[in-house]
Amino acid sequence: MSTGMDDLYREVILDHHRRPRGSSALAHPDAEAAGKNPSCGDELTLQLACDGDRIREASVVTRGCAIATASGSILAELVVGRTLDEARRLADAFRAVLHDPEGELPDDLAPGDLDALLGVRQFPMRVKCAVLPWITLTEAVAARHEGRVAAETTTEA
Amino acid sequence: MTPRERALNAPAGVEPCAGQRDGCERCGGLARERFPILRRAVHGLPLVYLDSAATSQKPEQVIGAEARYYREHNANVHRGMHALAAEATDLYEQCRRRVGRFLGVTRPEQVVTLRGATAALNLAAGGLAHRLRPGDEILVTGMEHHANLVPWIALARREGLVLRHLPVTDGGELDLGRLPDLLTDRTRVVALTHVSNVLGTINPVAEIAAAAHRRGALVVVDAAQSVGHLPVSFAGLGADLLAFSAHKCYGPMGLGFLVGTPEALAMLEPVEFGGEMIETVTMDAATWAAVPLRFEAGTPHVAATAAFPAALDLVEEFTVERLRTHEISLTGYAWERLSALGGLKLHGPADPAARGGLISFHDPQLHAHDLAQLLDARGVAVRAGHHCAQPLHRRLGVAATARASFGLYNSHDDVDALVEGIRYARSVFGT
Repeated sequence: MSTGMDDLYREVILDHHRRPRGSSALAHPDAEAAGKNPSCGDELTLQLACDGDRIREASVVTRGCAIATASGSILAELVVGRTLDEARRLADAFRAVLHDPEGELPDDLAPGDLDALLGVRQFPMRVKCAVLPWITLTEAVAARHEGRVAAETTTEA
Repeated sequence: MTPRERALNAPAGVEPCAGQRDGCERCGGLARERFPILRRAVHGLPLVYLDSAATSQKPEQVIGAEARYYREHNANVHRGMHALAAEATDLYEQCRRRVGRFLGVTRPEQVVTLRGATAALNLAAGGLAHRLRPGDEILVTGMEHHANLVPWIALARREGLVLRHLPVTDGGELDLGRLPDLLTDRTRVVALTHVSNVLGTINPVAEIAAAAHRRGALVVVDAAQSVGHLPVSFAGLGADLLAFSAHKCYGPMGLGFLVGTPEALAMLEPVEFGGEMIETVTMDAATWAAVPLRFEAGTPHVAATAAFPAALDLVEEFTVERLRTHEISLTGYAWERLSALGGLKLHGPADPAARGGLISFHDPQLHAHDLAQLLDARGVAVRAGHHCAQPLHRRLGVAATARASFGLYNSHDDVDALVEGIRYARSVFGT
């Protein structure tokens, strides 16, 4: 492949796209947020079930491209077992590194497959696709802290 | 008969495009050498430009005319007494006359020079506001570009109007059977597109306009996808107001027109105010200049008006009928090849003679954005998304489609590159 396609569509990304983890809706979510990318029409619903402050289960149902779907799948895998604040810190770190061409995700955040998504930095128009699940997570965490169950956000916010 | 055979046979009496005339089944594209951008590479590969419905490429003559304007004639229009101002004004007014002639409009005052089709449709909607009362009805269609939908939504919200829409059939055509019910004695405006920018469908505008006029409604036509690509006669369509952009018709960006009957234009209130559009101004009152200048507030894009006639010259050199035959040939060939790939849903009418030069499609296994990204890696430029037609995509049951659209410079090879690109994209995704 040429032109960075192998950086964008790494095998691990395609695998998450084909078999998205945590893609079944939860029966009893404690927090839920809908995310939208108005410029391309991608939509997703993110749900968290918590024991106190700790995320027990996560679900991300995406109607969008392979990058958005894979990013949501990686998110669903990574946030389980973390506290809400730890999940939000991971989201903040990922969002920051997407806008920093030289940046790396700190190992102490245990970013897992998230590193594989950093290839989108070569494709500015696709950064929003990768970001969408993570801004939706931030919104869901905020909703949970404020005692709300449902929230919504967009990449334009 | 295959779609391509049908394309080669239709429409009757029209001279075939260059490739076919030379006895070749395949056409190498028309006037390619005049479009300098087609010589550039993308990611080290030759550019295959299949996004003319978003904007067409520009021939050297148009680029040169715009540059020449700035080098030799640049001045503001209408107000100056000096030679450059006179030349600039002359170029600006020549463009108006040229556009009028191109669409068969008798008086140049029937052509309002604006920023684009979107500005023209906003003028149509906003300019009619003062004539509408709460409860009046606007009829649009289910296949409008947001540019011919959102201005009417905003108008309806502001004035308490009822917005109705003529639905789209499963075959991608307007459901004309619903027209008698939807046209009522409260219908004041019928706004519809000539050619759908997603389905390609060519709508029977004249027929719908006649029905609308019997109810006393005004007909507003979005001709952004048709002017320069298929024969368009203002009178033939039966429009009261017609909007289009220069940039989809081989002309410069930042220029479009609202063409109208004198009666319809006289009904419009200006929606932009300032210099140029007035007759007399005191500290607390103003009167408007005559049509069309009352709609042309501020300094217009004079350079674009200096360049656009060169684009219309190109179309008329080949004749729009021949360009149409060429686009039918390419569309028929593309429909045939994309269908043969399997696993793609192609939207809109299958008959290339019933559609404009574009095809929207989607692969349920491969999101349109991923497909377009991988096509780009092969130098193939297509558009992916909702193409500013979200209600239509909701109707189609898909968030995004990929769209290949053609101009006179496209060739059968370009279609082959698209098909090869889709095969490549599928190989990356393992589908």
